[in-house]
Amino acid sequence: MASHAIEVKNLYKIFGPRGRDFIDQVKAGLGKGELNEKYGHVLGLQDINISMPAGGVMVVMGLSGSGKSTLIRHINRLIDPTAGEVLYDGVDVCKMNESDLREFRRHKTAMVFQKFALLPHRTIIENTIYGLEIQGVPDAESRKRAQGWIERVGLQGFENHYPNQLSGGMQQRVGLARALTNDADILLMDEAYSALDPLIRVDMQSVLLDLQKELKKTVVFITHDLDEALRLGDKIAILRDGKVIQQGTGQDIVLKPADEYITAFVKEVNRGRVINVETIMKPLSSNPEGVPVVVGTVLESAARMMTVANQNVAHVVDVNGKAVGSIDLSTIISAMVTPISHDRVAQAAE
Amino acid sequence: MAICSYLPDLLCKFPAIDDTTIRMARKSVDEGFKGLVRSYVNAIDALVQPLQWFLNYLERLFVGSPWIVILAVMVAIVYYGSRDMRITVGTIVSMFAIGLVGLWNDTMVTLAMVTVCTLIAILVGIPIGIVMARSERAQSIINPILDVMQTMPSFVYLIPVVMIFGIGKVPGLIAVVIYAVPPMIRLTNLGIRLVDKEVLEAADAFGSSPWQRLKNVQMPLALPTIMAGINQTIMMSLAMVVVASMVGVGGLGRNVLQAINNQFFTVGFFNGFALVAIAIIFDRTSQAYGKRLQKHSEVIHG
Repeated sequence: MASHAIEVKNLYKIFGPRGRDFIDQVKAGLGKGELNEKYGHVLGLQDINISMPAGGVMVVMGLSGSGKSTLIRHINRLIDPTAGEVLYDGVDVCKMNESDLREFRRHKTAMVFQKFALLPHRTIIENTIYGLEIQGVPDAESRKRAQGWIERVGLQGFENHYPNQLSGGMQQRVGLARALTNDADILLMDEAYSALDPLIRVDMQSVLLDLQKELKKTVVFITHDLDEALRLGDKIAILRDGKVIQQGTGQDIVLKPADEYITAFVKEVNRGRVINVETIMKPLSSNPEGVPVVVGTVLESAARMMTVANQNVAHVVDVNGKAVGSIDLSTIISAMVTPISHDRVAQAAE
Repeated sequence: MAICSYLPDLLCKFPAIDDTTIRMARKSVDEGFKGLVRSYVNAIDALVQPLQWFLNYLERLFVGSPWIVILAVMVAIVYYGSRDMRITVGTIVSMFAIGLVGLWNDTMVTLAMVTVCTLIAILVGIPIGIVMARSERAQSIINPILDVMQTMPSFVYLIPVVMIFGIGKVPGLIAVVIYAVPPMIRLTNLGIRLVDKEVLEAADAFGSSPWQRLKNVQMPLALPTIMAGINQTIMMSLAMVVVASMVGVGGLGRNVLQAINNQFFTVGFFNGFALVAIAIIFDRTSQAYGKRLQKHSEVIHG
């Protein structure tokens, strides 16, 4: 079954006992600080509009308190919105009744948590089958399916261990296996890798990317790490104080940061791993020269290929092998270093 | 008092309701209560009859079986519960000591009583604890009732219990359960409330129904605390069987009561120590068992 896109429309969340009473004032421009000071309510999300691509990885990025974890909990409605819609396959999740919502959670979504949230009294395999058990799938069948995923995430031999006997990285593999065993279209990952060591984190990112190549699920990934966002995201939305301040592809954000806040973030990014060759290539003037580089290659890889071939120029080819443009090494280098204008803006922002 | 000569009488001597009114009120409440009990006496008897049967059956079983069978069963339970040789040997030694001083039968009667009381306390306590954990309202209503149950001197609620059920084993049993059930309720409630919010959220995210949540997540994770509640309940039942002997419960408690009345110093202490021995056996076994249930939480990987 093909995955569907998720549409978040005009979503607002005001935390507090009388959140609904303030929604009109907030829509009319009441700010977060004022709402908190005057009425003691917290503005969690403010007019969120995101369309999350079907079968792609949507990354929501923001620092702590930006509302990103609140946002992801609206998709399976662990948190009820104050106003707005979350549409999946044309159905508004926010309007489902209790049993429809339960069915939706059982069959359409699976979630991976920052602190793993495994059941400590169950073994790895028993944790992995949890979703299927809830659905009422027979035990033998669920164990067979779970076994496959445990092997895919590299945990064979640990089936009968308890979560406490595993390291953080391995526990999160269990969390991932548990979510994948559910075989849901939507995979929600709430800061899934934030608690892991940097090396293990990169390792787990690769696991996700490899799996995604064949699974093509609609993944919503929450992170506070821009490098992680750029590596995983087909589309990225950046949240601050409950508002989306920019959304687009990784390249859009690195090349055209919407404001100083994002510029300050982007400054530290390794641009060579984000920007693709076609973004900076020049039109083909003469015959294609140098090594061929496929569209979608990032600058760092292109530069490596050219250095290995000991050439200063290369030509860009599309997926069919047709030449579409040319680049040279100096263009690549100037695109890889952070532009001076960005540096100035970033300093001003700091 | 010197100060009273300057004060109006009303502020000096507390203005109590006069004796006649109080006597009247007391009389009508007592009479009313007695009348109520008298009119429902058959229903009440029918209601507690199963308890009576169960208690009698267990008592006959414990007292009637050869001591060696009882001891073997006890040792088996203690060993499989605790997997600890020290506790097992301690059980054998203390049961022998009890038998040697001639308290075997009385101990069996007490054991039967405590077993039934604990079972009832668990059956009553866990559901109430679950209800309390699910709703703030229920908690705010039940909590003060539990406070009263725990602080009210046990002799006081023996009075209505005796008025309703008469003298005998069943009223004793009910008094013991009233005394011993609060920790069971409180600790079930606490255990469920302490369950990690993240794990609960995960259960919700996978679409658990409330019953699946309770069965798969809340109860198993609350189990260590619930075990502590069961342990407390057993201890309190043992303490209360002595008081309950005042309304006709037999066993070690009655011996203690007789020893108090007649100043039999040695008899009192023998029986007291027999109770202590049983208490320690129960306590160590149930704690070791509870700890064994938690084997999975031992952190092997830091």
